[in-house]
Amino acid sequence: MAILMFLDPMALVRSMPGAVAQGLIWGIMALGVYITYRLLDFADLTVDGSLATGGAVAVMLIRNGVNPWVSLLVAFLAGMLAGFVTGLLHTALGIPGILASILTQISLYSINLNIMGRSNQAVSVDKYNLVVSLRYISESAKVRIFATCILFCLAIILLLYWYFGTEQGQAIRATGCNPQMARAQGISTNFHIVIALMLSNGLVGLSGALYAQFQGAADVNIGRGAIVIGLASVIIGEVLFSKLCEGKRFAFAYTLLSVIAGAIIYYIVINVVLWLKLPSDDLKLFSAIVVALFLALPYLKGKYMKKEKKSNG
Amino acid sequence: MAEMLKIDNIHKTFNAGTINEKVAINGVSFSLEEGDFVTVIGGNGAGKSTTLNAVAGVWPVDSGKIYIGGDDVTKLSEHRRARYLGRVFQDPMTGTATTMSIEENMAIAARRGKKRRLTWGVTKAERETYRSLLKTLDLGLEDRLTSKVGLLSGGQRQAITLLMASIQKPKLLLLDEHTAALDPKTAAKVLEISDKIIADNHLTAMMVTHNMKDAIVHGNRLIMMHEGKVILNISGEEKKKLTVEDLLHQFEKVSGEEFASDKALLS
Ligand SMILES: Nc1ncnc2c1ncn2[C@@H]1O[C@H](COP(=O)(O)OP(=O)(O)OP(=O)(O)O)[C@@H](O)[C@H]1O
Ligand SMILES: [Mg+2]
Repeated sequence: MAILMFLDPMALVRSMPGAVAQGLIWGIMALGVYITYRLLDFADLTVDGSLATGGAVAVMLIRNGVNPWVSLLVAFLAGMLAGFVTGLLHTALGIPGILASILTQISLYSINLNIMGRSNQAVSVDKYNLVVSLRYISESAKVRIFATCILFCLAIILLLYWYFGTEQGQAIRATGCNPQMARAQGISTNFHIVIALMLSNGLVGLSGALYAQFQGAADVNIGRGAIVIGLASVIIGEVLFSKLCEGKRFAFAYTLLSVIAGAIIYYIVINVVLWLKLPSDDLKLFSAIVVALFLALPYLKGKYMKKEKKSNG
Repeated sequence: MAEMLKIDNIHKTFNAGTINEKVAINGVSFSLEEGDFVTVIGGNGAGKSTTLNAVAGVWPVDSGKIYIGGDDVTKLSEHRRARYLGRVFQDPMTGTATTMSIEENMAIAARRGKKRRLTWGVTKAERETYRSLLKTLDLGLEDRLTSKVGLLSGGQRQAITLLMASIQKPKLLLLDEHTAALDPKTAAKVLEISDKIIADNHLTAMMVTHNMKDAIVHGNRLIMMHEGKVILNISGEEKKKLTVEDLLHQFEKVSGEEFASDKALLS
């Protein structure tokens, strides 16, 4: 009880806008993870590398005088390239998906160092006209940064909703759901695995670029454990909101929204943890435990329900 | 009449060079004319599924040639060969994407052999086509276009897979024991639907079955396989007069063994 006396509730309140903004930005990465993990059924660890690549590319471009908005686009393309490499390693060279993605991730670490010339590089919001920045959060421009983040998320959700309703998007979903059926229906599973990985990592790169601008710096280590945060967002969103999305007319759009919501909730929880003055060194351990719990939940629930059914019958 | 399928002396050995080496098809040749409906029987491991999979291009054959509608497809990958083929599998889970809706599954099938573009996946007009196609199944599925296929029963899924296989008229329909996983009543219903779809669309079809009676009743031709070879190829009047006893007798004569499958005898 005594410890609570040292906690300043106002500090928690003050930290919330930052947490929500961070959730919105990382939510874009989480959408990328959703595409591979849920739609394609592919455990893609490229994410940890391509997130940092997005940041590195954007920051270096901005430092060299490129428009921050254009840097986002290039970061998206850079992420796509990373996804393309993982896709080729898997489909053309037959390397198991998870291993292929680890190989790309590891090589991206070196590539990111090469892009930046060192392990981190700053971009100051005072010098450049950044798309989003942490600095605005406490100021009057707060509205602008939230509007920007929210618009970004909504635009991406809209585009994804459209894309996965097209013939090509459906082919990706069929590939992820049942590759045997997909091939029997004339769908090249290899081709669609590659483009899904590209789209996913493109979003991750974009998210990395936005986050680097938000933080005012890119760092090679920023992506470490990103996949866990992405998974956490996807799963938190599913556990909390899937019942609300099911059977609705635009169910898929709501599902994508719930991924963003999952990311926001994740960062709010992390902020509470930090506010409780738990050591920030343990944050990754904490995230992993949260994800493990949420991943285990549906499985344990299923097991428990089965037992219950058996004992009833 | 045109030749729809020609299989020319194909061979397939699995795990060649290992202790698990298995010669699954050992020189199979036969051809089907347009409109032929052949039933394929044989004991477990006779090579029936392997033959169908060879035609579908699931993996390349070791030697021999396969022609569909006059085109040499021997070197084509599975998804490229799909434009020629409609396929229904033994496991009702295999033929459909369970997380997608009925209409989406049908739309994917309607685009078999076409490039997947960035246009909307299910148009209003085709939705109506699917509704009326589903109505012909008489399973009440026409009101459930947007239901996930995962919610349907095995029989309903096989019926939808049959529709999917025929939406784009295939040059050849491959049915691999597609009623084996269903209860007898549902199996009979799905068989009836198969017959109707084959007749209505004038399809050329191959149907593997373990049920000798079904093999006799359905189709105009019958092939019996044993140890990776075709040991019996019956058509025309001879097929019409065939009885289960004939088949068993023929099998023993040609193979020099008793028919291995009790299931076949009992049914
Ligand atoms: N992918 C594979 N890898 C290794 N062996 C295989 C493979 N597919 C089939 N076989 C083997 O080839 C032989 C022929 O199998 P196939 O599945 O064609 O038999 P079938 O006539 O369809 O039998 P069933 O009536 O049991 O379905 C069997 O001995 C089987 O074990
Ligand atoms: Mg078989």
